[in-house]
This record gives sequence, C-alpha cells and structure tokens, in this order.
Amino acid sequence: MFKRINAPKNGKVSFTFEGRSIDAAPGDTVASALMLAGETHFRDTPVSQSQRGPFCLMGVCFECLVEIDGVPNRQACMVAVREGMSVRRQKGAIGVEIE
Amino acid sequence: MNYDTIVVGGGLVGAAVAHGLGRLGEKVLVLDEGDVAFRASRGNFGLVWVQSKGEGMPEYARWSRHSADVWPDFSEELQEQTGVDTAYHKAGGVHLCLSEEAWERQSALIKRMHNVHGSDYGAVMIKRDELIKMLPGIGPEVVGASWSPHDGHASPLYLLRALHESITRFGGAYRNEARVENIEKDGSGYRVTTAAGSFKGAKVVLAAGLGNRKLGPLVGLEVPVFPQKGQILVTERTEMKFSMPTVFIRQTDEGSFLLGDSHEDAGFDLTSRTGIMADIATRAIRSFPFLKDLRLVRSWAALRVMSPDGFPIYQQSDSHPGVFSVNCHSGVTLAGAHARTLAPMIARGRLEEPMSAFSTERLNVQAH
Repeated sequence: MFKRINAPKNGKVSFTFEGRSIDAAPGDTVASALMLAGETHFRDTPVSQSQRGPFCLMGVCFECLVEIDGVPNRQACMVAVREGMSVRRQKGAIGVEIE
Repeated sequence: MNYDTIVVGGGLVGAAVAHGLGRLGEKVLVLDEGDVAFRASRGNFGLVWVQSKGEGMPEYARWSRHSADVWPDFSEELQEQTGVDTAYHKAGGVHLCLSEEAWERQSALIKRMHNVHGSDYGAVMIKRDELIKMLPGIGPEVVGASWSPHDGHASPLYLLRALHESITRFGGAYRNEARVENIEKDGSGYRVTTAAGSFKGAKVVLAAGLGNRKLGPLVGLEVPVFPQKGQILVTERTEMKFSMPTVFIRQTDEGSFLLGDSHEDAGFDLTSRTGIMADIATRAIRSFPFLKDLRLVRSWAALRVMSPDGFPIYQQSDSHPGVFSVNCHSGVTLAGAHARTLAPMIARGRLEEPMSAFSTERLNVQAH
C-alpha cells in the first residue's frame, strides 16, 4: 500500500511487531516502518474496541498508539525505530495497579 | 421573526438558560460568537461541586446546593429528550488534605459552613484511616479529607452538546459566527445587531462570559468580570474505575484522568506553562501515587469568568427592562439551577429571591 519516495539511508534496523520481524531504515518512525510493512491496525480503542491506525503522523491525533518495549500508549509516529525494539498493538485502555 | 428571548452566548451558561426557557415554551435564539471566543465551557474541569463553596455568601452556598439537588433530574431529562448522556455521577466528592495544616484549615472551613447552614450542609471531615477504605490509592502524605455526598462530576462537553440539542428540539434557533455588535431598544423589545444579521427579541440575556464586560454598558449594566487562568492535564485512558472526584483529580467515563487546578491572573493568555503543569502533576502524584506511571496526552489552559469576590453575578437592567446578565465560573455546577430556577424567572421577566444577593450592588462598597 505504501512505498518510499526516496532511497532509504544506508543500513538496516530490525524490530518486531506482534512477534513478526520487520526491517526498517535508520530514522524511520515506528509508524512509517509499520505502514511500509503493510501493518495498519495499530490499536483497539478503549471505549468501542474498534481498530485504528495512524491518521495525522505528526503527534496530534493519538490514533497510532502502540506498546513499545512494554511501555503502553506510545505514539508510533513520534518514536524512531531502534534495533531489537519490541512493538505490540495497544489493546484498549491500560490496567493500573494501586499498590 | 420576533423571539421571546435572545440569549447572547452559546456556552454552558447561555445554553442552560436557553434550554430552560425553551422548556417553558419560549421561542429562543442563541447567538454564539464562534471559535474565536475564549470558550470557557470547553475548558471546564467538570465538577458539580457544593462543599466549601460560598464562604462569605451563604446564598451562593445554598444556590450551589440547590443546583446539585436538581442535577439528577435535569441530567436524566436531557438524556431522555436528546439521547446524550452527560456522564453525570453523584458519587460524592472529597477535598484531600496533604498536611496537618491543610487538615486544620479545611476542618475550620467546614465547621464555619456548618455554623451557617446547619447539619444538613452535608460535608464532613474524614480521617485517613476511614478515607483509605473509600479511596484506595491515596498517598502517604494524605492526612484526611472533607467529603460531601452532594458533590459529583459530569462531562462539560456532553452537557454542552445535550443542551444545544435540547434547544433545537424545543424549537429554538442557534446562530454561530454571530458576534454581537449592538443592542438597542426597538418598540417594546430589543434589536440585537450581529456579524450574522440583526434579530428582534422581547427579552435579552447576556451570557457571553468575559464578553459581558463590554456588552453590559450597551444595556445599562456594569459587569465587572475578569479572566482567571486555569490549566488542566489529561492522562491516557485506563481500565480502572475511580468514580469519586476530588477537587483536583477526576476520572472520566472514558478512563482518562483529568488533573487540575491552577489559578493565575495572567490576562487573556491561553498558553499552557510547564511550571504550572509540573505543580499540578506533583500534587496529583502526592494525592494518588499510582498516577506517576500514566502518560499525559493533552493539556490546556482556559479562562474562568471571575467576579471581584468570586461569586456569581445575576443582574437585571433598570434602564432596559427584560435585559439580564448571567455571570459565573461554575457553568457545570450551576447548569441545573440556571435551567430550572433562573430561566423561569427570566421567562416571568424579573429576577426574584434569592437573586438580589447576587447583584453588583454588593460590590459597590463605600470606603468611608
């Protein structure tokens, strides 16, 4: 669905999405790397559990939320991919522990 | 087209009055300035709050309590009519005390309120041991809290949407981008000239928030209101259910926590400032340490519509009969009273008791 409009920078960064290994270019955001890999279902909403993906790609709409290395509700469009990063879908609202 | 009443201002105050008038069968027009307005209703924290309000003006304490008393029926009727749930919960509310000094101060305040209003007033002081059973998750610094069963919270945005829908369903009209430029007598009523044309009404209600200051003199009213800035932080949504609001922290039905509140005299500045945001976050975490792991997704600043003594101002014009001004910073709390009690007075054409206490005469104190 998406393709690069310019040649990728040298090098390669590998990360996983829901356990699947994905290759990206250095400097790609998590959102753009996932969309280039054909992934558009980033999260399920907390209220109606409907499927959502990136919309604004500039940090405003909060539609691209994912879990990154165990931290929930990160904005995929505002985070650059790193080698070995583990990305998962954001499934609804997060649980909170009252110690 | 002649309207029974033209309401200037489409925020929570104007919309509640217009809804109340429409409910009585009046033909109502709401004139809204547009998105260039300061939109205090969109920035409201969403408390329906009674406890500790009205020290120094018992009529304001009773007016707030009256509004909280009618809120359940007000909200239920809105939902039946419009299908919009205001997310109102009369869950009771607490004011947390984060030090012994704060506890002493709050205890003294609640005692003074009891001395004026009697045991029916409702707020009681609760020590930490009891409080922790009601509110799991309070921090180690929390000494106790004042608690009132009359307090609650609602969504200001859904309330506003419900009121606007209701106004339309009662046959009222709403005009956006209709900034009021002039109001003049025209026969037995008034002609209101706006950026979207001119309109005739038998009565006029000024509910334009900070805009009332400039509009008032057109109809013989002095409206001394000024902006007081408040900032709010919003967290990501969480699964937990935390129904009871505090003065500074509440959870929405959708799962976000709203953190407030700040009070700044900063003119018409709507900028979120990091120093204030840090203070708000720090106090929230001292109150409920589990909040420290939540990410913030939004913040905003809005301007309260303040009077010199902080109490509402309700006026009727002597020179322009049938013209009123309505001013307060509690558009959510007082929505019930505005719709059910103030609007019928306006429909009858005169403010009745207890409204005389809220006129600006109280502010014209002689120095000697």
